[in-house]
Amino acid sequence: MTPQYALTPQSTTTSPYAMTSQGARTQYDCIVIGAGHNGLVCAATLARGGRSVLVLEARSQVGGAALTREFAPGFRVSACAHLLHLMPADLIRELKLDSHGLKWSAQAMPTTALIPGAAPLPVNQTDLSGSDAASYADYSARMRRFAQALVPLLGNVPPRLGTSDWSDRWALLRLGWQIRKLGRRDMRELLRIGGMNVFDLLEEHFDSAALKGALGFDAVLGTNFGPRSPGTVLTLLYRLAAEFTGGAMALSQPQGGLGALCDVLAKAAVAAGATIRTESPVARILVEADRTVGVQLESGERIAGATVVSSADPKTTFLKLLGAEHLDTGFVRRVNHIRTQGLAAKLHLALDRAPQFAGVGSAAAAGRLLLAPSLQYLERAYNHAKYGEYSSAPAMEITVPTINDPGLAPSGKHVLSAIVQYAPYALKSGWPDQRQGFTDVCLDTLESAAPGLRGSVLEAELVTPVDIEREYRNEGGHWHHGELAFDQFFMVRPVPGAAQHRTPLPGLFLCGAGCHPGGGVMGTAGRNAAQQVLKTGGAL
Amino acid sequence: MTVPKMLAPHFKQPLLETPFHARARDLSQVDSFVAWAGYTTVDVFTSVEQEYFAIRNAATLYDLTPMVKYRIAGPDAAAYLNRLVTRDIGKLKPDRVAYCVWCNDAGHLIDDGTVFRLGENEYRLCTAERQIDWLLDSAIGFDVKIDEITEQIAALAVQGPTSCAVLKSAGLLGIDTLKPFEIGYFTLSGHPLTASRTGFTGDLGYELWMAPDAAESIWDALMTAGHSRGIRAIGSQALNVARLEAGFLSPNVDFVSAEHTIRTGSDRSPLELGLAWLVDFDKGHFTGRRALLAERGRGPRRQLVGLDIAGNKPAHNALLYAQPNGKREIGSITSAAWSPTCKRNIALAMVNAPYFQMGSTVWAEIYLNRELVWERRMSRAEVVERPFFAPSRRRATPPAEF
Repeated sequence: MTPQYALTPQSTTTSPYAMTSQGARTQYDCIVIGAGHNGLVCAATLARGGRSVLVLEARSQVGGAALTREFAPGFRVSACAHLLHLMPADLIRELKLDSHGLKWSAQAMPTTALIPGAAPLPVNQTDLSGSDAASYADYSARMRRFAQALVPLLGNVPPRLGTSDWSDRWALLRLGWQIRKLGRRDMRELLRIGGMNVFDLLEEHFDSAALKGALGFDAVLGTNFGPRSPGTVLTLLYRLAAEFTGGAMALSQPQGGLGALCDVLAKAAVAAGATIRTESPVARILVEADRTVGVQLESGERIAGATVVSSADPKTTFLKLLGAEHLDTGFVRRVNHIRTQGLAAKLHLALDRAPQFAGVGSAAAAGRLLLAPSLQYLERAYNHAKYGEYSSAPAMEITVPTINDPGLAPSGKHVLSAIVQYAPYALKSGWPDQRQGFTDVCLDTLESAAPGLRGSVLEAELVTPVDIEREYRNEGGHWHHGELAFDQFFMVRPVPGAAQHRTPLPGLFLCGAGCHPGGGVMGTAGRNAAQQVLKTGGAL
Repeated sequence: MTVPKMLAPHFKQPLLETPFHARARDLSQVDSFVAWAGYTTVDVFTSVEQEYFAIRNAATLYDLTPMVKYRIAGPDAAAYLNRLVTRDIGKLKPDRVAYCVWCNDAGHLIDDGTVFRLGENEYRLCTAERQIDWLLDSAIGFDVKIDEITEQIAALAVQGPTSCAVLKSAGLLGIDTLKPFEIGYFTLSGHPLTASRTGFTGDLGYELWMAPDAAESIWDALMTAGHSRGIRAIGSQALNVARLEAGFLSPNVDFVSAEHTIRTGSDRSPLELGLAWLVDFDKGHFTGRRALLAERGRGPRRQLVGLDIAGNKPAHNALLYAQPNGKREIGSITSAAWSPTCKRNIALAMVNAPYFQMGSTVWAEIYLNRELVWERRMSRAEVVERPFFAPSRRRATPPAEF
């Protein structure tokens, strides 16, 4: 029997939710597939818009990949992303997440570049010195201006090209105006660097290898790129622009991990009238007379709903849940071509004591630590991935969440959470044989920055893209449900013909990270999808 | 997917020879060969007129080996084909053939062809153009295997009023009971042979499918058996006149595949091509359905129609006008010929709304070359029913003895 309303709270500081008790309905206006952050934001927005909403989640907890889970007895960690910096502030206000119990264990966290064998480098204006300090001021101000100009790209449903719809034209005009507003010099510079790689850009500005490595890492984090890959300036600007829509959030750590954020989102959705069912994996999207009529669960149970909104990745939604037989060949061809192979892994360590990163003070240790001491280091790490191997010296984004949030581990113990690159989905020799080998490589790499760390490891867990695919049911295990690259974002994300959250099948909508504006714990795709459903009456 | 041998590069032989090539070479009097889908084939053996009249009055052999053939098999073969083509393949029974078209997402025609159901889960698709990429992409999500088998099967069309009698006297027992679009299995000169009552002439006729090594002996057996019934090998030009009389479309003449067009507006939908009868909106989803449904709602902006044109000069490539003053252009001719059997000047033309209505009058601008002096003539043309020529013998089972 599947629990209808029982949800396991993930945060120790919040009490179990009071779920609505509408009884076991078999028909809803809208069915949302997946209770990840986007699915929950979508459900909350739809419910606030007056729709009866059912969210179906395959796992026993809400959160999707934005989950807090126990990986060793008593040790809990954010399963994928471990920092929040992209969720729009107005979304948090709109859904009243504070009043539903969202708490922060840290905000405005500092970033520090680790340099094995040398003193770490704090990445901020005040701590930089020499010519790099002046360059950094110029560089960050300019990148900020560019990112700001691109903000209209991110917050809204992308416009369609070649339509006579005024809202499409208005959106394009607004974008054009934002760029025009930059002025001649900046506009010329944006055009110049827009197609560049981040390696060349950073070489133009800075001397410090560690600074360049740290800044370059943000351009390739979670992507299938190395710093020399074309288009990496664009991915960097994209991330910066998304941080802008995140308002003043900067880097933050929700108390209880990212799963706690989703618990709060679930509460907001339920408070707005939505129903959430966990352990209810959807097997098929049901179609009659060329429109959605509901879903069938893996248990065989059918639930009717005229509108189905899927937060699953586009390949899973279209090819597995819906089925190619309901779609045109050209569309399926495009969906099939979406690049979805992830190559970011996650390393979780249960530690006996707090890790001591050489030269890192207590404030910095509680922040974000980057292990990418130079652009060459990053590029070399990427070389392996190109040929289906894991990096012999991987780059990492490291946090020790228990410093800010001790409740995640038994008293006095700690958790280390690292995003590790590169760990290709399609590893030449397969992950089962290579898991231990790469775990050791990661531990050795960490040891070089935090001597003595290995001795404090109680348990180590490596989560590869193959694990992510299996656990979170996203094709290829890509964090963003599809590569974030020039040919796969904005008006062509996930594919032309589905970039406005609508799909060729009337009644079916997309609300996941595979949509514009993409992944990262942002929630914008969920909100925009819900608004599109409400605007179109769920018909298209 | 197996890669056909002919895709292997060979700079010395840019065109392949069909298994019937030696026989064709022997019979060719005017040495007129053309390239067709990578093969060299006969355009004219002797004269177009002689060959044409053999189609309508006797029996003819036409080598259609270059026709591209795909084997489509697997548990989802029927579902796959139903999603590919606009017709309801679910209704196609074993040992039957269906003429079909398929479209891209925009509802624009990619190609037409015939689907043969050779078994419970085995089909053969015969097309004019190679399109393995479209077929394979259409197979995403279906349990189906697709192989190009063009080279593995030699094909020969036996068409004309005496074709059944020729095949019977060659020893194809029971060929006379084969109904239109039916498939039968026979033996000839010791070789197994598949025959379908299909063709491109609009006349009584059959298409024979055999192993390449059986090709020559079957050709010889038919030539011997058909000698007294006026059998003759024909080339593509004579066939083209017959197919126009039958109202059949020719790819790259009457439409260009939507996979090949470059210019906006040069794609054609089946509704525009007068093939609405092939589109089954009630059978479930197929590629292009949503676009075609929307087009049906709007009504077609233009349509391919048959024209009966005054005079006897074929209206090749003529522009069409609403009035004889030639001011308002409303379409153009795609195929034209003087029909020797109908004694009419016929054509297929793409005509804008509302002029494509049956019985409408349009004006064709025909240029005549009279001993190097060009003359322009505005000929009255009427939109008429297709086919132009449809003798009852094409459907009669058993066919009459001629």
